[in-house]
Amino acid sequence: MSVAPVPLAQAIATHVADGACIALEGFTHAIPFAAGHEIIRQRRRDLHLVRMTPDLVYDQMIGMGCARMLTFSWGGNPGVGSAHRLRDAVENGWPRPLVLSEHSHAGLAAAYVAGASRLPFGVLRGYLGTDLPQVNDAVRSVTCPWTGEALAAVRAVNPDVTILHAPCADREGNVLLRGITGAHKEAALAARKLIVTVERVVAHLDAHLNSVVLPHWVVAAIAVVPGGAHPSYVQGCYDRDNAFYQRWDAISREREGFLRWMERYVLGTRDHGELLRALAADGVVRLAGGT
Amino acid sequence: MSAVAPFTPDEMMTVAAARLLWDGCVCFVGIGVPSAAANLARQSHAPGIVLIYESGTIGTRPAVLPLSIGDGELADTATAVVSLPEIFAYWLQGGRIDVGFLGAAQIDRFGNLNSTVIGPYARPQTRLPGAGGAPEIATHARQTFVVLKHTPRAFVAVLPFVSTAGFLAGSGARARSAAPGAGPQVVITDLGLLRPAPDSEELTLVARYENTSVAQARAATGWPLRVADTVEVLPPPAPEELRVLRDLHERTRRAHARAVVLPAGP
Repeated sequence: MSVAPVPLAQAIATHVADGACIALEGFTHAIPFAAGHEIIRQRRRDLHLVRMTPDLVYDQMIGMGCARMLTFSWGGNPGVGSAHRLRDAVENGWPRPLVLSEHSHAGLAAAYVAGASRLPFGVLRGYLGTDLPQVNDAVRSVTCPWTGEALAAVRAVNPDVTILHAPCADREGNVLLRGITGAHKEAALAARKLIVTVERVVAHLDAHLNSVVLPHWVVAAIAVVPGGAHPSYVQGCYDRDNAFYQRWDAISREREGFLRWMERYVLGTRDHGELLRALAADGVVRLAGGT
Repeated sequence: MSAVAPFTPDEMMTVAAARLLWDGCVCFVGIGVPSAAANLARQSHAPGIVLIYESGTIGTRPAVLPLSIGDGELADTATAVVSLPEIFAYWLQGGRIDVGFLGAAQIDRFGNLNSTVIGPYARPQTRLPGAGGAPEIATHARQTFVVLKHTPRAFVAVLPFVSTAGFLAGSGARARSAAPGAGPQVVITDLGLLRPAPDSEELTLVARYENTSVAQARAATGWPLRVADTVEVLPPPAPEELRVLRDLHERTRRAHARAVVLPAGP
């Protein structure tokens, strides 16, 4: 059974429910921004968000009140500074308090691997001498049955839905991941359902034998969203908009400026195409073949 | 060109850090000053250095500094790009890293680091980004280099939160833990270098720059700073070091300001 593309709004409406545990993965690369924006437009609430590096997309979702809980391992604007909306939620409970389940990268990566493997926990030589196990009940200790060594055990992460962005899918719905793939595959297979937004649908993936391909039968829905990772990037398609990441610091610093931006570009647009055209009209990005 | 061109404290710190990296060294690089220093080393005295970023890019040779840990430039110029579970489990935990090169918001006298919160965890005055890859980098790399600015707010007697372990309480506490790596063997600041004392493992000022003083370092440290009997004086940046570093930053500024061209929507 192949997976035919559906509009992104339909994929989100069908598969992402209030209160769900969802992971929008993408380790700096191929972050599914368009999907995050659509979740904001549909005003989902009480989500448990999982993501190794909650940068701008979760800053936006947290600031718009979508989240009750965050599982993560690094939360900031990479190379720029704070994720101001995440900070405001943790420091001041605005717009609502946020429960944290905080890991190291190695720990959360192991938790995704365990989730994908349908094991109850992942194991690593990690968190040694740190205070993280004291504040996160999902980090405990397990004893090696052969050596007696105490190792870190991290509870498996199994999101209800994982959402990825990818360069392409073929007409059957097989998805190719390329470039930095972070824990994208593990998050995808740890989830009960996988939604993928893609730049385009191609006749053939032309994938090298050892490529990272997610076969169509693990994909619940595909939506074609060109530019769907902006301001993140897609290897070989378009670059990371580092200027936008730098600009976000000022946009998001105060609640009012943040809400104005979200109103204009996310709530005030119907879909990602309209959002990109609004950004282009304001000179933030350029569209191929356009002005 | 004069022998000593004017330079900033940041440039001195970056150059001093770069000089500590050697040709052929396998270095797990953090973003910011560690990334600038590692690439300065690669483009000057250590062309064979192997740079690994936690995004899974192995042997990367970026022409411009990445803004994030996962910029496309890192993948485009890498020998191999692997997944996150692989980079942390096989390459880092597998013991294949010579130097873990980290920044931090705060450090204590035993090289333990905080990048999580200022204030109580549940209701912090300042929520910082968090630990990221640092806890396991500091555990597994054969040694760790830490780079941060020398201020009383950064060099604190008691950390509000330990994100990443250095020598724990010192005097062999780390060696008695299960950590395979030797811990923070050098801390590079804008005032000089600190290394752990052989017995107590307390960070000790062992070097300063020509234009910084022991008194400055003492004043910028939130505990009574231990100072080596002989404090080495490190030479200022050489003109060539400054040229390479400034070229790198200039290329980076231009690249990061460039408008991105996106595919037109449907």
